[in-house]
Amino acid sequence: MGECCPPMDLFRSEPMQLVQIIIPIESAHPTVSYLGDLGLIQFKDLNSEKSPFQRTYAAQIKRSAEMARKLRFFKEQMSKADLPPSKSARQVDVNVDDLEVKLGELEAELIEINLNDEKLQRSYNELLEYKLVLEKAGEFFHAARSSAVLHQRENESRDIGDESLDMPLLLEQETSTDPSKQVKLGFLTGLVPREKSLAFERILFRATRGNVFLRQTVVENPVTDPVSGEKVEKNVFVVFYSGERAKSKILKICDAFGANRYSFTEDLGGQYQMITEVSGKLSELKTTIDVGVLLRGSLLQTIGEHFEQWNLLVRKEKSIYHHLNMLSLDVTKKCLVAEGWSPVFASKQIQDALQRAAFDSNSQVGAIFQVLHAKEAPPTYFRTNKFTSSFQEIVDAYGVAKYQEANPAVYTIVTFPFLFAVMFGDWGHGICLLLAALYLIGREKKLSSQKLGDIMEMAFGGRYVILLMAIFSIYTGFIYNEFFSVPFELFGPSAYACRDLSCRDATTAGLIKVRPTYPFGLDPVWHGSRSELPFLNSLKMKMSIIIGVVQMNLGIMISYFNASFFRSNLNVWFQFIPQMIFLNGLFGYLSVLIVMKWWTGSKADLYHVMIYMFLSPTDELGENQLFNGQKTVQLVLLLLAFVAVPWMLFPKPFLLKKQHQDRHQGQSYALLENTEESLQVNSNHDAHGHEEFEFSEVFVHQMIHTIEFVLGAVSNTASYLRLWALSLAHSELSSVFYDKVLLTAWGFNNWIILIVGLIVFVCATVGVLLLMETLSAFLHALRLHWVEFQNKFYEGDGYKFYPYSFALLDDDDE
Amino acid sequence: MYGFEAMTFNIHGGYLEAIVRGHRSGLLTAADYNNLCQCETLDDIKMHLSATEYGPYLQNEPSPLHTTTIVEKCTLKLVDEYKHMLCQATEPLSTFLEYITYGHMIDNVVLIVTGTLHERDVQELLEKCHPLGMFDSIATLAVAQNMRELYRLVLVDTPLAPYFSECITSEDLDDMNIEIMRNTLYKAYLEDFYRFCQKLGGATAEIMSDLLAFEADRRAVNITINSIGTELTRDDRRKLYSSFGLLYPYGHEELAVCEDIDQVRGCMEKYPPYQSIFSKLSYGETQMLDKAFYEEEVKRLCLAFEQQFHYGVFFAYMRLREQEIRNLMWISECVAQNQKSRVHDSVVFIF
Repeated sequence: MGECCPPMDLFRSEPMQLVQIIIPIESAHPTVSYLGDLGLIQFKDLNSEKSPFQRTYAAQIKRSAEMARKLRFFKEQMSKADLPPSKSARQVDVNVDDLEVKLGELEAELIEINLNDEKLQRSYNELLEYKLVLEKAGEFFHAARSSAVLHQRENESRDIGDESLDMPLLLEQETSTDPSKQVKLGFLTGLVPREKSLAFERILFRATRGNVFLRQTVVENPVTDPVSGEKVEKNVFVVFYSGERAKSKILKICDAFGANRYSFTEDLGGQYQMITEVSGKLSELKTTIDVGVLLRGSLLQTIGEHFEQWNLLVRKEKSIYHHLNMLSLDVTKKCLVAEGWSPVFASKQIQDALQRAAFDSNSQVGAIFQVLHAKEAPPTYFRTNKFTSSFQEIVDAYGVAKYQEANPAVYTIVTFPFLFAVMFGDWGHGICLLLAALYLIGREKKLSSQKLGDIMEMAFGGRYVILLMAIFSIYTGFIYNEFFSVPFELFGPSAYACRDLSCRDATTAGLIKVRPTYPFGLDPVWHGSRSELPFLNSLKMKMSIIIGVVQMNLGIMISYFNASFFRSNLNVWFQFIPQMIFLNGLFGYLSVLIVMKWWTGSKADLYHVMIYMFLSPTDELGENQLFNGQKTVQLVLLLLAFVAVPWMLFPKPFLLKKQHQDRHQGQSYALLENTEESLQVNSNHDAHGHEEFEFSEVFVHQMIHTIEFVLGAVSNTASYLRLWALSLAHSELSSVFYDKVLLTAWGFNNWIILIVGLIVFVCATVGVLLLMETLSAFLHALRLHWVEFQNKFYEGDGYKFYPYSFALLDDDDE
Repeated sequence: MYGFEAMTFNIHGGYLEAIVRGHRSGLLTAADYNNLCQCETLDDIKMHLSATEYGPYLQNEPSPLHTTTIVEKCTLKLVDEYKHMLCQATEPLSTFLEYITYGHMIDNVVLIVTGTLHERDVQELLEKCHPLGMFDSIATLAVAQNMRELYRLVLVDTPLAPYFSECITSEDLDDMNIEIMRNTLYKAYLEDFYRFCQKLGGATAEIMSDLLAFEADRRAVNITINSIGTELTRDDRRKLYSSFGLLYPYGHEELAVCEDIDQVRGCMEKYPPYQSIFSKLSYGETQMLDKAFYEEEVKRLCLAFEQQFHYGVFFAYMRLREQEIRNLMWISECVAQNQKSRVHDSVVFIF
């Protein structure tokens, strides 16, 4: 096929081969690295029975994990310092071993800087807290003293005022301080987290049986806690107590509550001195810390410049060793044996890569590349581009194609948007959709590089699907002649006109044909007439059936291509042919009748024809006859359909059984050949040895298939009627929004109501028609493809080809 | 609602039951343990665990690992899961979940009190406490000198307060008193938990009473064995047994008068469920008893997952995870101390 036409990669998946590569151990690393750059080979895990740490390169993986951890540490530090990793202009070549050393050094340096910084920060915060305590407690003492002074003065003034004879002499003695009676009150000051302050007070009270005096003041701004380094809301407290035992208890309680204590002098002068001292220290520390932060910032800056490159390198390194671990070690421990799948076309590239690797690592022996005979089915690999990939995704979501099976994605590219558009026929809405798709495609480069939301991601991924869906909807919109449910006379005037003036309002009867038939799509005159719905329903229903029968026929045709590709005559003769006969004998015939009815303008009742074709095939058709000899044709078709059922059911399992027996007999006689051939027989035997032939199972399987097909032919055809139903719903909804919202609002002749109506109309159009209806039409189109179309031929039990590629690394790591 | 939990359980409990069953499927399997037992270094253990649910918790640990770090991180995972479930829970499940932690609270109280008695640093002790049994003023415990103070100062604010009613004495704290206090508290806690589960009714009551009865019986046996040869009187000993369980009341009478391990064995073998445990041990042996009990417990906990619509799964999951962490600790210790031959001594496979 290669010469005449361009390669048709999508029709069938790439031919694959199981390759074995024997790599000398010294060039193993560059080899895997080059193969990762190439990204066309999927390694098989040959050590699956070994646990991860028992494998050959476990130590190297640990090393890479350690480096990755350091890089994560840097990243965290950078994000803490608000320094995003910048794209470095110069790419320096780094060796992994050097990098490891370098990372270790950098980490140590950074940790040391952090440690110093933390120490400084801690003392800084402590001083800050101390200052707060000094201020707040000072305020308190000051207030207490001034109130005491006031009190004293009051007393004095009273003394002066009341200096009468009856003043007891003892009073003065009592108010004046008596040093002998005075208990030595100790006090502690400090800060306690605000949320704990209540419990703190309670415990203090309980522990000392109420013999304390606690005073708390709220600190307005959150304070950085010296120990944890977090911002915490705190209270300054002063506790007065008496006695040493109480003191030790209070100290313990303070510890328990994380309350930081600070010494404090009662002396006013001392306080001022302390405050100035602390402020001085604070500013000193501040400059030191600033210098430290600057140093750290510059260090992080240099790390940030290389961060991306290092990160990539480490990840590559880790994945290389991870894949090296999949290779089995030769007994001599001199070479590694790799097995993996690769597309056939890639053999040359892989060999090139192997040669380059051998050359670069100065290895004496090159790697040996050989193709193995594979027992299990190879993976499925389609070479898609950005246009076809989203359609391939639609098919893969149902099931990955079997190896080299016909790929429905090719047909889906056209049929999917088309079926969607049948349900979404409105060229106004189509244009909206088209604009959205064009926007997504136009900003493709920009959008693909950034992270999008969940829904946006989906819309972006399917942008080309949406584009085709939009174009097809515009097309079907022209056929339905709907623009936001309004018909236009785009392709010339309507073919019909009024016979007289009276019919203008009635729109029921009285139209006569004055011109040739409207050239393309629906005649706009149908819109708003009483017979609009019956006419459209009949049209769309018939159209749905024809579309359905055509698509199902396509599906059965593909099953023929599959059968001929896999050289299974059985499937051609006992599956494809009876299926074609059955489907076309009943529903193909119906489609022909539909077309014939359109062509001839007959008034035959097709329901009647179809139903009585089964119930009483020998009756005369009467007025429902569309062509001569219809009765005979129907009888023949019915007979053929009845014959097709056992034809599908019985021969295949019996023939399979016979084939199986033949094969076994042949094997028992095929001995005494030369060695090479007998080896081949052996390997053949291995391939088939496991499959046991269970006749009953095969028969039941075939029976299920037959029943499914026979019933499916009816139900699937009926299922295509959803095309009509959805398209009806869409046009009705849009006409409701147009008539009831926009036209009603217009009728009020008030611009406020008009604007409100317009807003409601736009919201309803976008929300219901453009989003929800799109979604539902999409889902129904999806169903029609997955179930009605693909069940005719698609096995979908393959598995995807996941090549080892550095290009795919970013996605799966994070 | 007896017997009709299935109709309404999922309104409040369905989400969390799903969560806890999901967590359960993350428990390490026998294959995991086999792999772990073959590890040569702690880094190997980390590497293996990184493929399990513990992965995210261990991945940022720098390489020379310690057993304590592994255990700490694994416990952190359990605590995170517990907190998540507690946040989502409504009554009465939230109370049920809180009940699960009271055991740890008692252990922590005892740990701190014993520690301060032996003049250990409070901060150091706090690090050793189980994070599930933490409460606000736990550090203040160090201030207390005797039980009365302990109660009045700190514990009156905690959920443990009601359990204390039986052990308020003015005696000074000493090792013996503390141990008695622990057991009294535990007894009161188990009885309370049992009553609470009975009140919940339905499958929860059925399954939890089985699990709690096993716990109570195990404690009774342990108390008996540990108190042999001490100055604890028979009456005091009997007071420490919980007033439910398979052994209650006749087994307790017998256990109370036991003087050596073989007598304990004799009286336990009358109870069919415990016969199998003791039949595995040779006479006079107590070393393997713990493991035998753990194995039996794990078996019963796993059975709790066989029924739906009850709270027992939460209890069972927490216990299984704790057992798993104990296993990991044992394996890591064995690996760290090069005692790999003993690795199977104390590991209880969960599945």
